Amino acid sequence: MMILKVNGLTHQVDAEADTPLLYVLRDDLKLNAAKFGCGLGQCGSCTVIVDGKAVLSCVTPLVLLEGKQVTTLEGLGTISEPAPIQRAFMEEQAAQCGYCIAGMMMRAQALLQKNSKPTDEEIRAELQPNLCRCGTHMRILRAVRRAARLMDTADASPANHGSTP
Amino acid sequence: MNAPVILDRRRVLAGGGALIVSFSLTGAFAQDQAAPAAAPKPAGSLATTPYLDSWIRIDADGSITVFTGKAELGQGFKTAFQQIAAEELDVAFTSLKVVTADTGLTANEGYTSGSHSMQDSGTAIQSAAAQVRALLIAEAAKRLELPVEDLRTEDGAVVSPDGRRLGYGELVAADMLHAQAQANAKLKDPSTFKVMGQPLPRVDIPAKVTGGAAYAQDMRLPGMVHARIVRPPSYGAQLADCDTSAIEKMPGVVKVVRDGNFLAVVAVKEFLAIKAMNAVAAAAKWKETAGLPKQDDLADVLVKLPSQDSTIFERSNPSAVGRRTIEATYTRPYQSHGSIGPSCAVAQFSDGAMTVWTHTQGVYPDRAGIAQMLKMQPSSVRLIHVEGSGCYGHNGADDAAADAAFIAHAMPGTPVRVQWMREQEHAWEPYGPAMVTKLKASLDEAGRIADWNFEVWSNTHSMRPGGAGCMLAAQHMAQPIAVPAPKPIPLPEGGGDRNAIPIYTFPNAHVVHHFIPAMPLRISAMRALGAYHNVFSIESFMDELALAAEADPVEFRLMHLDDQRGRDVIEKAALGFGWQKGQKPPQDRGFGFAFARYKNLAAYCAVASEVEVDRETGRPRLVRAIAAVDSGQVVNPDGLINQIEGAIVQSASWTLYESVTFDDTRITSIDWQTYPILRFDAVPDSIEVHIINRPGLPFLGSGETGQGPAAASIANAIADATGKRLRNLPLTRKRIKDAIDA
Repeated sequence: MMILKVNGLTHQVDAEADTPLLYVLRDDLKLNAAKFGCGLGQCGSCTVIVDGKAVLSCVTPLVLLEGKQVTTLEGLGTISEPAPIQRAFMEEQAAQCGYCIAGMMMRAQALLQKNSKPTDEEIRAELQPNLCRCGTHMRILRAVRRAARLMDTADASPANHGSTP
Repeated sequence: MNAPVILDRRRVLAGGGALIVSFSLTGAFAQDQAAPAAAPKPAGSLATTPYLDSWIRIDADGSITVFTGKAELGQGFKTAFQQIAAEELDVAFTSLKVVTADTGLTANEGYTSGSHSMQDSGTAIQSAAAQVRALLIAEAAKRLELPVEDLRTEDGAVVSPDGRRLGYGELVAADMLHAQAQANAKLKDPSTFKVMGQPLPRVDIPAKVTGGAAYAQDMRLPGMVHARIVRPPSYGAQLADCDTSAIEKMPGVVKVVRDGNFLAVVAVKEFLAIKAMNAVAAAAKWKETAGLPKQDDLADVLVKLPSQDSTIFERSNPSAVGRRTIEATYTRPYQSHGSIGPSCAVAQFSDGAMTVWTHTQGVYPDRAGIAQMLKMQPSSVRLIHVEGSGCYGHNGADDAAADAAFIAHAMPGTPVRVQWMREQEHAWEPYGPAMVTKLKASLDEAGRIADWNFEVWSNTHSMRPGGAGCMLAAQHMAQPIAVPAPKPIPLPEGGGDRNAIPIYTFPNAHVVHHFIPAMPLRISAMRALGAYHNVFSIESFMDELALAAEADPVEFRLMHLDDQRGRDVIEKAALGFGWQKGQKPPQDRGFGFAFARYKNLAAYCAVASEVEVDRETGRPRLVRAIAAVDSGQVVNPDGLINQIEGAIVQSASWTLYESVTFDDTRITSIDWQTYPILRFDAVPDSIEVHIINRPGLPFLGSGETGQGPAAASIANAIADATGKRLRNLPLTRKRIKDAIDA
């Protein structure tokens, strides 16, 4: 039994210590956003935020996450109350199939939390580990720039998770 | 979406609606409906599925459901279809919903491929909606005792001049919509459109950006188990030995499935299934055969394979005489669809019936294949499309569906989820075929093309199921089903010869298709099929000829093109780019232009691009691209722009980086390190897409029209930047560097 903090809630997880975070998020916690893309840390579709940093959940074993805060896309906002980054991706229609998008958004969110006004070069460099096959890159870049502007007028931090048990 | 069934047949029948879906009542599926005897045929897929209630259902409470047999693959057509139906029915966009490909609910529209969705299904929905609206007005006229001409429709109701309103739900009764479609429905005047033509936001994006269940990969059925396949290490490998007794005792392992060369593990949790898969893979001893061609000699190997040759176009005008002849050979390697999410499917076998949730492009043909593999009646197999990661053609989707069905068949009652691993998708997906083209043309004294010769060598571009022999599970099981003989896809759409016939008017022209039946690597349909390489070849060669004729590339194309809509997109893209005759690109940069009409019968697309080449390293970068597209009547302009932007970026990736690699036995490009694709550092500074809307003209589709023009435009810009012509795809940094240094 492992203890895992995700989106402000503490979970007891029945998984072995070597289990990559991705499978715990999807299989045990029934969260959809982090996606299996390669299991090798090569594509970024599994990206989540751990203690403010973008992390590839498919190659991060549970044992490394003790005492850390994991945030997934579900923890940022909801369909009715989207976070700035989610609003920005909706407003820019920044998806085709959308499979890579959750990972893109989490990496962008981590960037914007530490750098609220990134240059275009900084955004590209940050997103370099994440692959998109539909060719939605231009819209993704626009959405990240829009999110930076939206966060200027809103709180850039994730939505309030409520109290942590 | 997580519920096993979105809208099941029983609920359709019982759903409280006044309408009965025709094929539910008769027990026959949509594809079995007899087409009306008299010509002309109704529009789009109404020709094969003519009953209006196969497409549109109105419930007593006024709620409206639109059914399409096409599968949403991320192109966004679900939103476009909703716009079309809302427009022609005169209801609010948000008041209806669209149900996509499901053998239990929707028409058989074959595969979602070839940029056909708007043309086949969009056209059918538009016509059906217009006819349903007419039936509702006629019913209201009867009830209100008013002439039809006095009535109008508005927001889901028929309204009389004195303000009386009859809602569609009140009007629809019994089998009113169980009527055969007419050929010539009266459609709305495009100038009155309120919903069509608007850049409405896509209906699927909010869930996708907030962690909603949006994909087959996200399905979780009660009691579902996780399966992983242990594929052979190479084509044709035979399982010699595999002791799985210890693995079967691993914690959480439910079952090891072994049937001939088909090997799979099932576990209660996903990561346990992966551990068990790794253990089985380590235990399995395979006998492999070295049967792959030499990768370095691929073009030579292909042209020496036996081929069926046919002249597909011939034009002769002896008065045109060439003075100066040039020749060139272009090649394309095998290329991967490279879906970001490896294929996935969920299947459940209960009470003798199989249900498969799959991101296949063809629920009906896949159903036939799975039924054949399992020796079941197709009527006992139901395939429901659920979105997956973008596929761009025939990837592992159908195989994963067959895998899931095969395992579920051995575990009655239990829902089984199969998720392919990254290396399985890369090694086993059917690739876009390698191709060779040889071109030869002559210029007359005035610098015009006098004669044109084009030969293309290619496999077929579709080994899609229908037959089970196209599915890996059926090929690998103990009593395998043979791979069916490949067939060329007939013209006018064509496969290897798609877009092989030039759209330009040349006085003499000769086009030959060398169809190669032997398939050294597993291949099938990839976005644009042969058009990608044929347009790359034709449009590269047009620039070679323009250079020889000392003509501007845009002017040279226009000089040989009669098609007015083609001329319009060329002029639009050139104008948007700021193309000037005699232009001088900045240092180490080049300008390129290319154009095609997809399949010579669908959307028109021209692309102008600027590419920067680092002379020290050879590294190319697409700096900007300007496209113009004419896809007929536009339904959702932002959706169209999204498709073309994506086509340009994806085609840039194919064109600059991508080739499947292999040794004499195994595929060696098995992940993103060994099969690199475009990343953010290579994304252009800007892409602009200019739409030429054609109100009232047929939908032409847009999914594949950009692939060929983008490739050739980039190749032409590299030639312009370096002075060197590269003819072998991909146009890698090393090849460019070698050409510069040569």
